[in-house]
Amino acid sequence: MPSEGYRKYIFVFIITSVIFFTAFSISNYSNEKRIQNIQSIEDKIALDLLSSETQFNLLKELSCKAIDNSVLSQELNSIAEKLTYAEENLGVDNPEVLRLKKYYSVLEVKDYLLMKQVDQKCKQKLIFILYFYSNKGDCDDCKKEGYVLTDLREEYPELRVYSFDYNLDFPIIKTLQMVFKLKNTLPAIIIGDEIHYGFKSREEIEKLMPILAKLKAEREKAQRTANSTTTTQKKK
Amino acid sequence: MIEVSQIIPHIFLFTALYFQVFLLITFFESRETIRKQASHTNTRYPSVAVLVPCYNEEKTVARTIESLLSLDYPKDKMSIIVIDDGSTDRTFETIRTFEQHPQVTLLQKENGGKHTALNLGISRTNTELIGCLDADSFVAPDALTEIVKCFDDATVMAVMPAIKIWNPKTVLERIQKAEYDMGIFVRKMFGIMNTIQVTPGAFSLFRKRVFDELGGFKEAHNTEDMEIALRMQSKHYRIENAHTAYVYTVAPKTIKALYKQRVRWTYGFLKNVLDYRFMLFNKKYGHLGILTLPFALVSIIGAVYMAGFVVIRFINYLLEKIVKFQTVGVGWSGTEVDWFFFNTQSLPILIFITLFTTLLILVNGKKLSGGSMKPSRDILYFLLFYGLMAPVWITKALYNSALSKKSSWK
Repeated sequence: MPSEGYRKYIFVFIITSVIFFTAFSISNYSNEKRIQNIQSIEDKIALDLLSSETQFNLLKELSCKAIDNSVLSQELNSIAEKLTYAEENLGVDNPEVLRLKKYYSVLEVKDYLLMKQVDQKCKQKLIFILYFYSNKGDCDDCKKEGYVLTDLREEYPELRVYSFDYNLDFPIIKTLQMVFKLKNTLPAIIIGDEIHYGFKSREEIEKLMPILAKLKAEREKAQRTANSTTTTQKKK
Repeated sequence: MIEVSQIIPHIFLFTALYFQVFLLITFFESRETIRKQASHTNTRYPSVAVLVPCYNEEKTVARTIESLLSLDYPKDKMSIIVIDDGSTDRTFETIRTFEQHPQVTLLQKENGGKHTALNLGISRTNTELIGCLDADSFVAPDALTEIVKCFDDATVMAVMPAIKIWNPKTVLERIQKAEYDMGIFVRKMFGIMNTIQVTPGAFSLFRKRVFDELGGFKEAHNTEDMEIALRMQSKHYRIENAHTAYVYTVAPKTIKALYKQRVRWTYGFLKNVLDYRFMLFNKKYGHLGILTLPFALVSIIGAVYMAGFVVIRFINYLLEKIVKFQTVGVGWSGTEVDWFFFNTQSLPILIFITLFTTLLILVNGKKLSGGSMKPSRDILYFLLFYGLMAPVWITKALYNSALSKKSSWK
């Protein structure tokens, strides 16, 4: 083969490598952007948390009416979805993902403790579920339990689900395991002070938390009233 | 970082992309040559005999012969030899209607396979050029003139045309149309690179001295058109492509017929490459030995692997959705569209790039075959379905090759 033939092979190899390099760069760039996005959410949560702590301090001085209890839950839901995606795409062992997960766990615990105190002091209807899962491949029902809890959270915005990776090597997780005397039988959910091991369906959880049905009834009643008011106004 | 499970698909994608880039660069380098070839006019009209082997082709053979008789070529320079290879239907009765035509010679023999019919025809002619035309194909009036002008180059020993699908209507036929259009591009580039590895029965022309010097067609695992091309390449006989010579072929109308045809082709290719394995990675055979033959083999394995990879992922996704449905029922999660959840891993990006380069080849193939560069339904169907269809017959052909289980040609 003439030498220009070999030159073409090398030239094509360079072009193909450049295309591959570009694809990898785009992939890395978007992954970095993802991590930055999660970090910005963390920053926002940290700020919200600070605001929440301040509110709690004010609580000693002011009435419960001054407390806004919705600051964190939506942000926590958003970061939960994004962390799940990042775990699947960047890998569960990715150091950045692990770091973010630890940070997220701290935020969850802080939010849980604050909201619990708000609940006690202000007697507000705050409903919590603590959920322990494993994504090491040893918990077939964890994915299903995740679907159920996500579904419930969408149905009941008042419900706060704090999910923790049971296997995360992090002191807070170990402390939670000790406090609740958790066994390694997953999935495990904690409602009130009771621990429930194994998969729990939506109906089972609704049964364990009668307040959910009450909340639903109240919301439906409010919706009906709003609808009838709109109809009356239209008639006028 | 790439996971270990993703290394193999990345290697296959690199190979596919490398090959496509090679073809596209060859195309951009050779645009002037292609234009000159297309505008070149005949300097002479050598004598030509066109062989039409047929076996149970009563429905299409008359049209095939009529298209040959309508060729824009001096009548005294062209003869047609129709060979009935022991048909069991009314093929012979049909071809007898052309018995009185001065250009047509009819031959009938016991069934012995396509190669025997072709060899009988070769033995009965003494023309400078010999062409073959399957009895399910039709030629454009200027096809022969366009092919013959390539023989003005004394080094050219055989020429293959641009094959198109006749009157595609169904989705299956349209997929094949896009595939054949892509074939026109690929074979043109193979012609330029001197790596053509098949001289299809749809109107390939040979100098008679090819058969005098190398012998006639062989059974060659029911793919005599691949074997003769590889035999020629092994002896450094040049094969050219005439992209302006249009030949139309009737596409298999059912999936079963297409599957059967492609299993035969792929099986034949694998077996013939095995027979000519000394050419693989042998720089003595130029781009054919170094690039196109090894790539063809890698692409066969790659197509099966990638299809399996995609199908397994899709099944996993489906199973996950089923579990979700069983757990919480149907329901729109209400999640807003967020760029965060777009899959930007390297593999989907590279698959997208490979599809894009395939699209470039498809539209350029369409343009080379006389069409417009506008993307069409054929291309859409091809991109959607071909990648999942081809691995089915490739797998079967690989299985047959492993067991040396021959595929029938009819």
